[in-house]
Amino acid sequence: MKKFEGNILFLDRSDINTDEIIPARYLTEIEKTALKPHLLEDLKLDGFDPKKDIEAASMIVTRANFGCGSSREHAPWALEINGIHAVVAVSFARIFRQNMFNCGMAAIELPEDEINTIFNLFSKDQTRMTVHIEKSEMILESKHQTRTTNFRISDFDRALIQTGGWVGYADQHY
Amino acid sequence: MGKTIAEKIFETHRVDKPFGDVDVLRLDRVFCHEITTPTAIEDLVARGKDRVFDPDKIKVVIDHVSPAKDSKTALQGKILRDWARRHGIQDFFDIGRNGVCHALFPEKGFVRPGFTIIMGDSHTCTHGSFGAFAAGVGTTDLEVGILKGVCAFKAPQTHRIDITGTLRKGVFAKDIILKLIQELTVNGATNRVIEFRGKIVDEMGMDQRMTLCNMAVEAGATCGICLPDRTTVDYLWEFIKDEYPDKETALKAFSAFASDADADYADTKTLDVSDLEPLATYGYKPDNVKPVSEMRGTRIDQVYIGSCTNGRLEDLRIAAKVLEGHTISPHVRGIVSPATPKIYSQAMAEGILKIFMDAGFCVTNPTCGACLGMSNGVLAPGEVAASTTNRNFNGRMGRGGMVHLMSPATAAASAITGEISNSCLFTENQGAGK
Ligand code: SF4
Repeated sequence: MKKFEGNILFLDRSDINTDEIIPARYLTEIEKTALKPHLLEDLKLDGFDPKKDIEAASMIVTRANFGCGSSREHAPWALEINGIHAVVAVSFARIFRQNMFNCGMAAIELPEDEINTIFNLFSKDQTRMTVHIEKSEMILESKHQTRTTNFRISDFDRALIQTGGWVGYADQHY
Repeated sequence: MGKTIAEKIFETHRVDKPFGDVDVLRLDRVFCHEITTPTAIEDLVARGKDRVFDPDKIKVVIDHVSPAKDSKTALQGKILRDWARRHGIQDFFDIGRNGVCHALFPEKGFVRPGFTIIMGDSHTCTHGSFGAFAAGVGTTDLEVGILKGVCAFKAPQTHRIDITGTLRKGVFAKDIILKLIQELTVNGATNRVIEFRGKIVDEMGMDQRMTLCNMAVEAGATCGICLPDRTTVDYLWEFIKDEYPDKETALKAFSAFASDADADYADTKTLDVSDLEPLATYGYKPDNVKPVSEMRGTRIDQVYIGSCTNGRLEDLRIAAKVLEGHTISPHVRGIVSPATPKIYSQAMAEGILKIFMDAGFCVTNPTCGACLGMSNGVLAPGEVAASTTNRNFNGRMGRGGMVHLMSPATAAASAITGEISNSCLFTENQGAGK
């Protein structure tokens, strides 16, 4: 099972699409490692610098409809190759969300109020997050505060994370 | 309580229900192209599972970058080609026979009402226009589809949209779907199936229904779906005539999948399109939509007519009607990509390609390249395109470029004037000023 802990990268915008996560010009790469330097390269967001902000991050917290657009699994792969295994958002586009769990990663939905609270309390500070998939619980810690939040995850999604993804699961069952 | 078409397809294809809200479905078709499939193939090889569940149900095309533009895209094509050969996949379409996947596969008769289809491409929802459940998936789902012939989906929630009224001249399926995306927003139909109903849909040919279903994903939908009817049967007849004694029998068989009158919908909506005028997008999201009449003065550098949304014969016919007798603005580069070889040669036979060329358009081979900024028409930073494609994301057609989505008629008219403009097909019936 993948590790789900580390520093959070806050992306304060809704509808971040897969072209922004990894532009089409890198879809000719067969090796996932080649995607590493290009994660979020085309995302224009005040105060966000992909060159330095991604390095330290292992988690993303963002707004609604993350991962909309193209079906490219290069988007989760570009996250994975940068050590980012979990994205927490108000909502996800269906294909992106499924791709995350299919790769044994986590796309966790929280109510909008809770995401707002997390942004308000933590986005200014360096914040660490630990996600416990079994307990459906995540803990956020900054130098000023700690917050524990529960989330919902379906049994199927949890099973995918535990088996390391859909290929492993399907191979065992079908 | 009756059932929706999506529910009926799920019921007839369910092989497992491992958890309450998840159905594992048997797949009738797995479609593949060279951008998302090679990584699946490589992974299967690495896992020692280089097998396919059924070579006859897998259909393969090289379409996104064709001809290959560099060594990397040549390698993607080669991996796909070698794989199709070693597994005896007969329906593999290489350059010369290839076309944009979502135009080519229906044209070859690979889609049938009641089918389940996946592809590593978000616009796979296009095939729902035949009354199939067709969904875009990522590479892992594709990989399992290739290996096992199954895919997992959440039970379908259906949003029924009744499209009613009388469409004005010069207003097309593209305008309707842009309007709907504007109303639903880019995630208004996430995890849902959009069922397109109503008189306007009934009157549409398959080309327009494909345009409609193609962009369902821009509202977040898993699939757009139209009920199979006589139009569907007519389109498919050349492929199914040995299976059914006559069209009526085929229609009866397909109608078994149609939604029941008392089906339970998650949501319903009526869209009266009587007042609809041609629309275009203006920002970086497909739900940023406004009337073309409010976009006067938006200067453009390139016009692109093609793609899985609007590169079919009817689209080219309409654009040619607008272009006939005109030349495009000297500062505009016009590019038209007929979506398949069949469309290309029909357009040639009908004199459509000549109209495009006389107007100053470049006619490319069937390919997607420009639509996602990979080849055959990439924008430079700061350039603006009027395009019949389906996505206007920042950088979609080239880094720093702006894309305005619109119908083929509007794109053709814009090519002539050099700025986003309504077509004569619309204005001639509306009086001046529109
Ligand atoms: S035409 Fe564009 S949207 Fe359609 S399949 Fe090709 S790249 Fe994708």
